[in-house]
Amino acid sequence: MKRSFEPFWWSLFGAGGALSALFLPILLLIFFIAIPLDLIRSPSFETVSEILEMWWLKLILTGVISLSMFHWAHRFRFTLEEGLQLHRWDRIIAVICYGTAIITTLLSLIFLY
Amino acid sequence: MKDLITLNVFRYQPEKSKEPTYQEYEIPYHKDWVILDALNYIKDQIDGSLTYRWSCRMGVCGSCGMMVNGKPVLTCATFLESYTPGPIRIEPLENFPVIRDLVIDMSDFLEKLKKVKPWIIRKDVGSEDREYLQTPSQLADYKQYSMCINCMLCYAACPVYGLEPEFIGPAALALAQRYNMDSRDEGKNQRMKALSHDTGIWQCTFVGDCSAVCPKNVDPAGAIQRYKVEGASNWWKTLLLPYASKD
Repeated sequence: MKRSFEPFWWSLFGAGGALSALFLPILLLIFFIAIPLDLIRSPSFETVSEILEMWWLKLILTGVISLSMFHWAHRFRFTLEEGLQLHRWDRIIAVICYGTAIITTLLSLIFLY
Repeated sequence: MKDLITLNVFRYQPEKSKEPTYQEYEIPYHKDWVILDALNYIKDQIDGSLTYRWSCRMGVCGSCGMMVNGKPVLTCATFLESYTPGPIRIEPLENFPVIRDLVIDMSDFLEKLKKVKPWIIRKDVGSEDREYLQTPSQLADYKQYSMCINCMLCYAACPVYGLEPEFIGPAALALAQRYNMDSRDEGKNQRMKALSHDTGIWQCTFVGDCSAVCPKNVDPAGAIQRYKVEGASNWWKTLLLPYASKD
């Protein structure tokens, strides 16, 4: 029997959903609400780059960025295919969606390391 | 004067017309009538040609499922009162071929049900001299999924089944889970083959309408998501430890 590849994408989708639900509200609260409203002092560029030198923070950040993108990719793929009835373009839609997530992951690796 | 209410009923009589039509029936309104009472009134008093399925009229047999104002419901458990002042639109279950009037062809569902092997599978079948004991907590593990009455409301509600008819679908997947989680069962690996296929659990996009319409609170959507977690971890296991997998 043909082995389904769906579990692979679904694992990334599920992990991305869990991670983004945990971390994105915190990041949004800090960078899009607290800092613009002057509730906390904006860290300088140097401080941020210094913090980002910590290897485990890099790891978490890459994980959050990459898996959130895979979460988006999987959901967007099915929104297009089922919501807009584009199922016959499955291959190309999947390549574009997951490709975007893979490229974003590579970019985050390049910029962080 | 008695109160009246109008029912707009889907009619399909292949010997008369290839196209379905809607027929209006005005019937007396009773606060304590369910939709099925109204249909029975029509059949007995107004139009004996109206065809529909029903049996127990108490939410157990699962045969009187229909679309009422576009939503799949058991007509024996849905009161006219919820739809006053009317008119009420009554149609056969969505996503299934119609045989006649409100009667659908369920053979696709029965085929799929067979695929998931919804029975207890054991290696030692036939030994009649022993009992298979189960604790209350082992029973509680699968009891919810065993409440399914095969009414197919979840298939009528599932947009994925509407779009991809090869999808095994909510009730069959929940029933597979019912047997997988039964402590007496040993057939999980056999069932997994039908389920971890592309037309099995992976086609579900977790819309959740199946669980919303289920009259027995079976929660097929929940069953499928639990299955996905297990299927995905199995997938990684066979990828990382190819020689450790059994069967």
